[in-house]
Amino acid sequence: MPVEIDIDHVALLARLDLTADERAELKAQLGAILEHAAKVGEVAADDVVPTTSPNPAVNVLRDDVPEPSITHDAAMQNAPAQAGGRFMVPKIAETGS
Amino acid sequence: MTELCDRTGTDLGAGLASGEFTAVALAESSLARVKAVDERVGAFLTETPQVALERAAELDVYLSTGAPKPDVAGIPIALKDVLTTNGIRTTCGSKILETYVPPYDCTAWTRLSGAGSVLIGKTNCDEFAMGSSNENSAYGPVHNPWDLDTVPGGSSGGSAAAVAAGEVVWALGTDTGGSVRQPAALTGVVGLKPTYGRISRYGLIAFASSLDTVGTFTRSVRDAAVLLVAIAGRDHRDATSLADEPGDYLAGIDRGVKGLRVGVIADAFGEGVQPDVAASVRAAVDRLAALGAEVSEVDLPHAEYALSAYYLIAPSEASSNLARYDGVRYGLREDGDDSIAMMFATRGAGFGPEVKRRIMLGTYALSAGYYEAYYGQAQKVRTLIIQDYAAAFAGVDVLVSPTSPTTAFRIGEKAGDPMAMYLNDIFTIPANLAGVPAISVPCGLDANGLPIGLQLTAPALQEATLFRAAHALESDLGLDLRPPLLAGV
Repeated sequence: MPVEIDIDHVALLARLDLTADERAELKAQLGAILEHAAKVGEVAADDVVPTTSPNPAVNVLRDDVPEPSITHDAAMQNAPAQAGGRFMVPKIAETGS
Repeated sequence: MTELCDRTGTDLGAGLASGEFTAVALAESSLARVKAVDERVGAFLTETPQVALERAAELDVYLSTGAPKPDVAGIPIALKDVLTTNGIRTTCGSKILETYVPPYDCTAWTRLSGAGSVLIGKTNCDEFAMGSSNENSAYGPVHNPWDLDTVPGGSSGGSAAAVAAGEVVWALGTDTGGSVRQPAALTGVVGLKPTYGRISRYGLIAFASSLDTVGTFTRSVRDAAVLLVAIAGRDHRDATSLADEPGDYLAGIDRGVKGLRVGVIADAFGEGVQPDVAASVRAAVDRLAALGAEVSEVDLPHAEYALSAYYLIAPSEASSNLARYDGVRYGLREDGDDSIAMMFATRGAGFGPEVKRRIMLGTYALSAGYYEAYYGQAQKVRTLIIQDYAAAFAGVDVLVSPTSPTTAFRIGEKAGDPMAMYLNDIFTIPANLAGVPAISVPCGLDANGLPIGLQLTAPALQEATLFRAAHALESDLGLDLRPPLLAGV
């Protein structure tokens, strides 16, 4: 059975504008892909430890030695919009009346 | 006619060192080939002829002083366009990064560049490395030099095609689920995916961080070893890069396979595998046995779950990694009344269909209520697959299977069916889930004259074993792998 998905909710979580056609197509395709992917539920019981990465190292730190990093200008060079050395974006909050 | 650019990197390195030709002559040979064929192949998204000739000229001056020559110096190379290059546009095959110019080099290129490598350009690929045919590039498909109506495989299709067509001597790609090995198989070149963490991922624009590896395309196994020596090793900019010292990958390459224990993956020759692919790989295994390898059959009992696990884990990680494309700091920005609307619009306009599909799939698999059933279970399957490899490698030194179930298919043939496309990676995905190294080496041609690849897989950090077995096979088969496209060049 293909999996039923609330495609509008997932698109909202993903911050993705999708056309009506895209939504319909994705709903069908994801349903079919997830039906296949649900096979992972057939094996791997509670006693199996999940693997997050082939390299289990955690808290890897480099030596605490200062190094040069990219310049402010270099960090800004791809900005779609900027002002005064800062990234500029459309308004992020409602303004009071 | 065979030009300089058709020779192997090892051979060219010796020629440069002995003064047989200059680095400029070699770069010109490569650039001339790009000019002659790339309009038809479409391997490159950005060409860097000026940089190439400048670097080559500098190297010639340096070599004229009698200074020692690094193995990779002067060898024309291409980089998949998901690897960052300082000052050179890096698009990931996506509209969302069409004008992105990175302010830093990826570590793999830093090392090669520091050793005098000559960059010819950045290669086409499936958008954000998501695909198995290169048809998901926002900049059009790549054509397989063996038959221009067929795909070169993917996602590193441009790098594979560029090496197959002699546009460069070798190239770097990336392999998250088979994106180096599968296109190598489909274009008749050698494709190496090393152990996870063997090559730094710094500057590899992330798709699925726990699976992504930098890999190599070469026209000989020895060249793959030379290239790996140049780029392998710990990098403090990648916390997942391995501290183990890289091996001497060339030392044992000529040892042959006498006594090597070769395990043939029994299930990898059945349904869905093109008959002449299965036959060619079987015949190559017979050659390994004739050369003295001890051949047996082995099982990876959970391999049948690998594809399902991969298509949950990789999209989950991708949905998180690709959240950074929000139109704020770099890349495309579409107008919106406020910042949130701007982000929705930017992502909707900037990403192509396959990337949207995977972001949606991953977002769903990670969402509240579904996480355990999908992502959590997939991570457990990953553990079972790691255990399968451990059990198999207790009895054998390397595993053999086809690299891809089929040879190159026609452009458009599978484009409308994501599940059919995902099945291309059925034999390559398990090595990514387990983090073990694998190599694809050409083993023959099918009835239509298209290349077939054989995959060898070894335990973590045993790349030297892969090179030894692959080199023995390559030497024994002695295939002529010049694509028909080059007959008229």
